[in-house]
Amino acid sequence: MRHVISLLIENESGALSRVSGLFSARGYNIESLTVAPTEDLSMSRMTIVTTGSDDIIEQITKQLNKLVEVVKVVDISEAAHIERELMLVKVRATGKDREEIKRTADIFRAHIIDVTDASYVVELTGNQGKLDAFIGAIDPALILETVRSGVCGIGRGDRVLKV
Amino acid sequence: MVLSGAEIVIRCLQEEKVEYVFGYPGGAVLFLYDALFQQDKVRHVLVRHEQAAVHAADGFARSTEKVGVALVTSGPGATNAVTGIATAYCDSIPMVIISGQVPTAAIGQDAFQEVDTVGITRPCVKHNFLVKDVRDIALTMKKAFYLARTGRPGPVLVDIPKDVTMQRCEFEYPKEISMRSYNPVVKGHSGQIKKAVQLLLEAKRPMIYTGGGVVLANAAEQITRLTRLLGYPITNTLMGLGGYPFGDRQYLGMPGMHGTFEANMAMHYSDVLLAVGARFDDRVIGNPAHFAEEPRKIIHIDIDPSSISKRVKVDVPIVGDVREVLEEMIRQLEAGEARPNPDALATWWKQVEEWRSRRCMAYKNSDEIIKPQFVIQKLWEVTGGEAIVTSDVGQHQMWAAQYYGFDKPRRWLNSGGLGTMGVGLPYAMGAKLANPDMPVACVTGEASIQMNIQELSTCRQFRLPIKICNLNNRYLGMVRQWQELFHGGRYSESYMDSLPDFAKLAESYGHVGIRIDRPADVEGALREAFTTYKNELVFLDFQIDATENVYPMVQGGKGLTEMILSAEDL
Ligand SMILES: Cc1cc2nc3c(=O)[nH]c(=O)nc-3n(C[C@H](O)[C@H](O)[C@H](O)COP(=O)(O)OP(=O)(O)OC[C@H]3O[C@@H](n4cnc5c(N)ncnc54)[C@H](O)[C@@H]3O)c2cc1C
Ligand SMILES: Cc1ncc(C[n+]2csc(CCOP(=O)(O)OP(=O)(O)O)c2C)c(N)n1
Ligand SMILES: [Mg+2]
Repeated sequence: MRHVISLLIENESGALSRVSGLFSARGYNIESLTVAPTEDLSMSRMTIVTTGSDDIIEQITKQLNKLVEVVKVVDISEAAHIERELMLVKVRATGKDREEIKRTADIFRAHIIDVTDASYVVELTGNQGKLDAFIGAIDPALILETVRSGVCGIGRGDRVLKV
Repeated sequence: MVLSGAEIVIRCLQEEKVEYVFGYPGGAVLFLYDALFQQDKVRHVLVRHEQAAVHAADGFARSTEKVGVALVTSGPGATNAVTGIATAYCDSIPMVIISGQVPTAAIGQDAFQEVDTVGITRPCVKHNFLVKDVRDIALTMKKAFYLARTGRPGPVLVDIPKDVTMQRCEFEYPKEISMRSYNPVVKGHSGQIKKAVQLLLEAKRPMIYTGGGVVLANAAEQITRLTRLLGYPITNTLMGLGGYPFGDRQYLGMPGMHGTFEANMAMHYSDVLLAVGARFDDRVIGNPAHFAEEPRKIIHIDIDPSSISKRVKVDVPIVGDVREVLEEMIRQLEAGEARPNPDALATWWKQVEEWRSRRCMAYKNSDEIIKPQFVIQKLWEVTGGEAIVTSDVGQHQMWAAQYYGFDKPRRWLNSGGLGTMGVGLPYAMGAKLANPDMPVACVTGEASIQMNIQELSTCRQFRLPIKICNLNNRYLGMVRQWQELFHGGRYSESYMDSLPDFAKLAESYGHVGIRIDRPADVEGALREAFTTYKNELVFLDFQIDATENVYPMVQGGKGLTEMILSAEDL
């Protein structure tokens, strides 16, 4: 099962490698991992997308909590939550493809943020499914590069991850 | 007061009441050694290899309840220390390791004797720090000791670049410490404890299984009281030996791979299992699928939530300090009227006694050739069971665990989790310095002892009258045993050729060496070592039966009830 784990961690050098080291040493999957400081600069917020049985997810949360620099851990996918990911795609855009790509971008509410004679850079945010669908809608031969930020997540409503 | 970084480190050690630092100098720690030189509160023990420094500090910690401290230089000093750190980590031993680092400006430049010590040790420490500013030293040291000794204990490494030890700043040692990201739970949940007590009282086939957590929490007294109050059988893991008195009727011996028949059968067929500070290691429960076949309710007390339901599903988890939780259990039991069902208990004990009557620890002694079990029994007799016994890793370790009856905690020091050959002698050094009035014996094998034999020199310098009992079978015995049983007797690289004359070797270091070839001489030699040569290190080189194997045995992958009890079972 896919889980989205959010955590707050002290903003110390090496903190990230403690988390990534934990996953590799214990053989846990990381589908994506994103991290950046929060409004309180002494702390970073990390979102980890992982898969595993209930037992494994339980161990993952316990092991993360055990890291001395980790302040709080929540499996936000246990309840209503929102996930977003940012994607930048550079596509070859010449001739009739230019219009076609523009139309597809509009349908997905994506933005074209860089234009040359031969290419576009398309910016798109959404959940993973939406991003995957956009990629699926573009002729693979036209895709020059894709960059995805990995998933950020937040609980809905009253669910707040804060110290 | 304005001090140098090096002086601050040493002052922090003084504030923490550190008596001994085990270490080895080098370029990156010269200022630290200079600061050590100019004071006399913290004593330094110069070992002959950094691995031994960490093991000795670890042995010091195991035999007391104090934090062990080691000091090593950058690069090779730090890498030599890694085995020692990992060993302590696997057995949850509180330690602080200080390592020198190249100057801050040189970090990342492939400088001389530079390694990423924080990176290398990250997976085998409870936590580690790189101190980049002299003003952070005092707080970091405070945190290091606090982290090492609280919660689930473990080694903490502090890496200090050379320039930071030179810089100066105002020194003040923090009185209090609190970390928002680190708050181990100490008191157990009272509702869960109530549930546990109820479950225990309803049990028909109860069993208590305790481990290293009881020793680490200094809860031997509490576990003994609870066990006697309930009248239930109890087993102690290899790490928990001495948690409950060996000689007591309720004690069934050690569980697991080389545990007793009765302990393993009772673990397996219990209907309620109380696990206390023990982590369901694969060497203890054998094949987890086989263990799960028999239905039973499990109560698990552990300070580390990640130890609970890791390998075995637990019904009543209790996160907290063993001692606190046991005291609460005892309080609840004593306050209530309910007592265990005497009829069910009598039936269960009848079954347990039947298992015990198999006398699985009996062995065939000999007049001609020394049996290792006999040496350990004699060691127990000669020391009145009152020695601190350290061991290395192998067959001798199992025989020491099986045949030296430990009645008290912190008397048995060995590497259980990592199984590190070479710990025996350094553990004995740490234990002897911490307990100068107690006899200390190191049970070892001719292979293990050679992994840190250089420490005979340290023992001479610091006059440590350890009694080394070398169970010399001329083999990597434990390896040979597996090759005999599971690899068709093909003894690939397990014969120890070209052994030194250990007695002479010991003599050359200035110690007493005795070689013992006949069973009739075993007791005499031991008595001589502990009386005539009381104040000397004595190397007793027992030439034992090379073909002897450790039994009972649960093979890897097998279940606890599928034991080989003796060679006749094969
Ligand atoms: C050659 C060889 C053979 C072996 N054979 C056997 C064998 O036959 N039988 C056997 O038992 N072992 C055997 N071992 C040892 C085995 O590998 C494990 O090291 C050992 O079983 C683990 O012991 P433990 O479960 O008591 O856990 P420990 O490693 O001692 O862990 C202690 C547990 O207690 C918890 N704890 C710590 N402090 C506290 C506290 N204050 N409050 C609450 N909880 C706390 C910790 O979180 C941890 O979960 C063998 C080892 C070797 C090298
Ligand atoms: C550092 C290290 N290397 C290898 C091993 C694997 N190993 C476990 S027991 C053993 C043999 C130990 O021989 P010895 O010290 O003579 O003890 P014996 O089993 O003969 O009593 C070996 C090689 C280990 N545990 N530790
Ligand atoms: Mg041997």
